[in-house]
Amino acid sequence: MQEDNPNSSAPEAASAKQESVLGLSASTAAVMLAFTLVFTGLMAGTYEATREPIARSAAAEQLRLINEVLPPASYDNTLLNDVRTLGATPELGLPKGGRIWRARKNGQPVALVFEAIAPDGYAGAIKLVIAVGADGRVGGVRVTDHHETPGLGDYIDPKKDKNKASPWVEQFVGKTLATLPLERWKVKKDGGEFNYRTGATISPRAVTNAVARAVQYASTQRDALYQ
Amino acid sequence: MATHDLKDIFWNGVWRQNTGLAQLLGLCPILAVSTNLVNGVSLGIATIVVMAMSNAVVSALRNLIPYEIRIPVFILIIAALVTVLDLAFNAYLHELYLVLGIFVPLIVTNCIVLARVEAYAAKNPPLASAVDGIGMGVGLVLVLTILGGVREIIGSGTLFSGIEMLFPSAHAIQILPANYPGFLFAILPPGAFIALACLIAARNWFEARKATAKPVEAAGCAPAAH
Repeated sequence: MQEDNPNSSAPEAASAKQESVLGLSASTAAVMLAFTLVFTGLMAGTYEATREPIARSAAAEQLRLINEVLPPASYDNTLLNDVRTLGATPELGLPKGGRIWRARKNGQPVALVFEAIAPDGYAGAIKLVIAVGADGRVGGVRVTDHHETPGLGDYIDPKKDKNKASPWVEQFVGKTLATLPLERWKVKKDGGEFNYRTGATISPRAVTNAVARAVQYASTQRDALYQ
Repeated sequence: MATHDLKDIFWNGVWRQNTGLAQLLGLCPILAVSTNLVNGVSLGIATIVVMAMSNAVVSALRNLIPYEIRIPVFILIIAALVTVLDLAFNAYLHELYLVLGIFVPLIVTNCIVLARVEAYAAKNPPLASAVDGIGMGVGLVLVLTILGGVREIIGSGTLFSGIEMLFPSAHAIQILPANYPGFLFAILPPGAFIALACLIAARNWFEARKATAKPVEAAGCAPAAH
């Protein structure tokens, strides 16, 4: 960048000689303040104007994600409002707490939709949404946030999974503790039931273990969580 | 201002002082976002909007901005415009917002925006400044398109992956055979550096060839920033 700017600095330098240093500082500060006020006002106005659409699209995004793990036809309550906020829940890997949405049909429990975190991904925490039916069946699992290596471990996210016909994460669907004992909820390399792909074991292992913990939590806490 | 001059300003941004290939400014977003074509082009278009707006606004206000505090005022203006754009993205193009995520706010720190405001908009009328911003932005889109396309084809064998977030009916195209294992290196940062280096080399080769054929006149604009 060019530092010297003869066109605009020369006349100001001349006027600076007449003004006192204090006066110059004060007028410069006043201009800065005026600019700050005007542009902060612009930002505040935009924030106010966009606040409702942003809240709407965030809620729609949330519901879209939940509907990926739980068919919208299976429940009839206003799911986003039937939410229970958990405190720190190590069973779900949630050090700061999270939310559970309760799906019901005609007042009867249908499914719980958990937020969960697999803390031991290859590149940090993997955030998940897991639906567990009232009968203990896994309705679906989705990765909502992760930093796994692109092209290697990121097949845990079905959008990045190259096998579109049967994405890796879909093998959890329909599994239940009644038919699959807890010690089999592992990737095959660890002696469990679930496939993984060569080259990346850590990411699927982290997700599988997190799903296992969530399913176990759902089975022990089931009745309390629907309250 | 004559159309001819505006055209010249535009081409100056697209080619002679191309941000990615000649000025080598704003490389951080170029390298980080160009993992596929759609991300690259989306960020490029957002940058065009920011640069056109910030150049025009700064240029319109240039006589009100004291020379001593011009940099903080420039940053303030750019940050405010980017915040407005980010909020608008979040509200009305939420899916795209989820993809671009951190990169839109990061346009504030993209030095190419501040560089053009300081080197051009602070000394020129609004229309010419806006055209300069658009030209620079288009130059950036060009680089991001080529880089994103090349890295996506080599890295994952597809093109336009993620396009369904912009146009729900569109789909990614499989360029290489479906059993192509992918070449991770192209998607990771080193691949970005190597691909960009090839582009810069190609541009230099082209310019050098042109120079031997016919000596170019000195560019009429400010020299490239460092």
